[in-house]
Amino acid sequence: MRSVQALAVAALLLLPAYDVASAGEPKQGGILRMYHRDSPGSASIHEGATYSINVPFMPVFNNLVMFKQDVPQNSVESIVPDLAESWAWSGDNKKLTFKLRQGVKWHDGKPFTSADVKCTFDMLMGKSQQKFRQNPRKSWYDQVNEVTVNGDYEASFELKRPQPALLSLLASGYTPVYPCHVSPAEMRTKPVGTGPFKFVEFKANESIKLTKNPDYWKKGLPHLDGIEFTIITNRSTAILGFVSGKFDMTFPTEVSIPLLKEVKSQAPNAVCVVEPINVSTNIIVNSSSPPFDNLDIRRALALVLDRKAFIQIMFEGQADIGGTMLPAPGGLWAMPKEMMESIPGYGPDINANREEARKLMQKAGYGPDKRLAVKVATRNIPIYRDPAVILIDQMKGIFIDGELDVVDTAQWFPKVARKDYTLGLNLTGNAVDDPDQSFYENYSCGSERNYTNYCNKEIEKLFDQQSAETDKEKRKKLVWEIDKKLQEDVARPIIFHGRTGTCWNPYVKGVTVMVNSSYNGYRYEDLWMDK
Amino acid sequence: MFAYIVRRLALMLVTLVGISIIIFVLLRVVPGNIVDILFDAAGFVDPTDKANLEKELGLNLPIYVQYLNWIGGLLQGDLGYSYVSEKPALQEILPRIPITARLAALALLFSAAIGIPLGVLSAVHQGSRLDYALRIVSLSGLSLPSFWLGLLILMASVSLFGSMPIYNPNPKTWTEAFAIYAVPAMAVGFRSAALTMRITRSSMLEILRQDYIRTARAKGASEASVNYRHALKNAILPVITVIGIEAAFLIGGLIVTETVFNIPGVARFLVEALRWRDYPIVQNLVMLIAVVVVVANFTVDMLYAAIDPRIRYGD
Repeated sequence: MRSVQALAVAALLLLPAYDVASAGEPKQGGILRMYHRDSPGSASIHEGATYSINVPFMPVFNNLVMFKQDVPQNSVESIVPDLAESWAWSGDNKKLTFKLRQGVKWHDGKPFTSADVKCTFDMLMGKSQQKFRQNPRKSWYDQVNEVTVNGDYEASFELKRPQPALLSLLASGYTPVYPCHVSPAEMRTKPVGTGPFKFVEFKANESIKLTKNPDYWKKGLPHLDGIEFTIITNRSTAILGFVSGKFDMTFPTEVSIPLLKEVKSQAPNAVCVVEPINVSTNIIVNSSSPPFDNLDIRRALALVLDRKAFIQIMFEGQADIGGTMLPAPGGLWAMPKEMMESIPGYGPDINANREEARKLMQKAGYGPDKRLAVKVATRNIPIYRDPAVILIDQMKGIFIDGELDVVDTAQWFPKVARKDYTLGLNLTGNAVDDPDQSFYENYSCGSERNYTNYCNKEIEKLFDQQSAETDKEKRKKLVWEIDKKLQEDVARPIIFHGRTGTCWNPYVKGVTVMVNSSYNGYRYEDLWMDK
Repeated sequence: MFAYIVRRLALMLVTLVGISIIIFVLLRVVPGNIVDILFDAAGFVDPTDKANLEKELGLNLPIYVQYLNWIGGLLQGDLGYSYVSEKPALQEILPRIPITARLAALALLFSAAIGIPLGVLSAVHQGSRLDYALRIVSLSGLSLPSFWLGLLILMASVSLFGSMPIYNPNPKTWTEAFAIYAVPAMAVGFRSAALTMRITRSSMLEILRQDYIRTARAKGASEASVNYRHALKNAILPVITVIGIEAAFLIGGLIVTETVFNIPGVARFLVEALRWRDYPIVQNLVMLIAVVVVVANFTVDMLYAAIDPRIRYGD
């Protein structure tokens, strides 16, 4: 077994990571008051697919490993031990072994052991008797053959082939370790963890309360006595609550750019940051439905996009243009700018792009006298609807008359999963800034979330090749090549990657907003209040 | 009278059964159920997981079996389990009822306490500046949406007092306790008050032109006695009808007001439950509202007879 001494290196690299705001000796005590944007469907992180669950419940749990909470950019280098004291890859990179921490107790007093690790991942892989109601990230563990234990304090992941990204997936806020002795049903309503805060109560549509875990295995942490989330679905009320001092902090990454201006004008002392959230807004084209089975029309669609106009209108310029992977500097895997601009439709000359798009449309038999009428399906919420309206406007220039077809939220994903659309506008979020998560989920042949039916066996081989590549630089080049090809194939034209704001009062210290994911930074054990 | 009450009660029962069928069917006609929504959040649908969950929640049963199960449970006081929180529906609904009841009662009180006296004032000073001013106020009450008014109140209180009267389950002072209900009640009751005022005014104007009012004045009765003892007593019947109808309509206003002021009452809970297609919660809450409306109508009808001795319900 080849041991990887990543911990010491990581610790050295990350030492100066505390931000200026958190400088000084942390004070103990205080309840952090935050509003929550909606009432989560349950308290079980593993059964959810929205960060509405991660934010309030991540502090209840620990992972095997996690992204260091005061480093904004999630990367393999920022992964630190959590319930695992250390980890090591085997020589053939097909076995990842974790030495587990001893003396850790669940909030109900029972000891944490390797059996809990096995239970959790067996459930995630669908191999245990107990089942989750839903298991949205089962595909993350497709390359895991089995999880084995060696005594009470060692657990190993045995893989079908090398997959260096597995460690990043295990570090996500989406991957806490659950207790064996608590059923999935109980975890949905009264979660039991090993984390810095204990669950107190969850009143649907009202509040979520957590209290300090006095027996937390990290001595001296957490600093806060508790965290209280007041559920406020009305965004204006929530922002007014923050401005009036009822809350110490806004819900993370939930303040839109126009609202941010309001906050800054009414609460000038508030600390606000705007960061990427690793959610792309993209066009989904049903390539099996005429006339979009014609590659020329799909290419024309990609060429018509004036991405800067979208960003200016919706984000006052504060969003990013990129391919599938989150653009730099937040993203780790984005193509270099020159490479991106060589992709049709990404070049700076919008008029030339559109002229080419018109030629392609005319080649397909459309023109000023024969316009193409199409419905643009999208989910009936503003972050979907607004860009769809801009898209319809831009398409007019290439003889396409779009009609907005708004779909009720409950019907949106079932509709696109059935491929019951011709052209749509969709948002795609990524919990981990890693190509394995993005490529397989969205572009792999037969994947449930491959809404466009895109299937390219050659690209599929490249997916596997990059996934197994342990040399990071080599992998990065492969990823660029794949991303470029995906855009050229008009697999799912990416319009932009959004950014949003988070605000807090200056006395709240130790807040770090992640820059390449909005799912992983809510352990809150280091947060403290200077008041 | 007794036979009339029995007939009304029987009609109420038939109405409630009809409503239960309509609610049940309509909920299932609306596209998507809780399972669709849960999987929607995940971004894809695993057919096996979906089928298992539908079976677990009993959504795979024929619709009439689901209906009979619900009504059977309802008759035994078992409202079922919330699909979302997995807690008994009764446990979820009960704590929210007093919150909404307090808010609704205060809104109605506000509506009557403001609307009736101002309506009388407007009528007795018909054509005066005061009348015009009050009519403008009542028109604005009818035209301002309560969510907008609510937000305006919140913004004003933040900018003037640096605080805002949104719901707090543990108010520190009685003034705070009063404010967290009174302010939203005013926001939602403003529309009702305006309507009450207009109805009172027009009803009073009609009565004030009656011969017996002239007679009362000729007998030397004071203006206050004429307006309040003789005129208002007879003008109040349509006002009571309107207040009764408003009590039923109030739930619509309370949905937005509870959302804006973040009050964890029944109305907001209903909307959230609807969003999740949480059938046990929606069905039982709508039934509860239906009972309130039917009982309110019945009470208003009974009040007619109590207030106006000319009205008699024959057998």
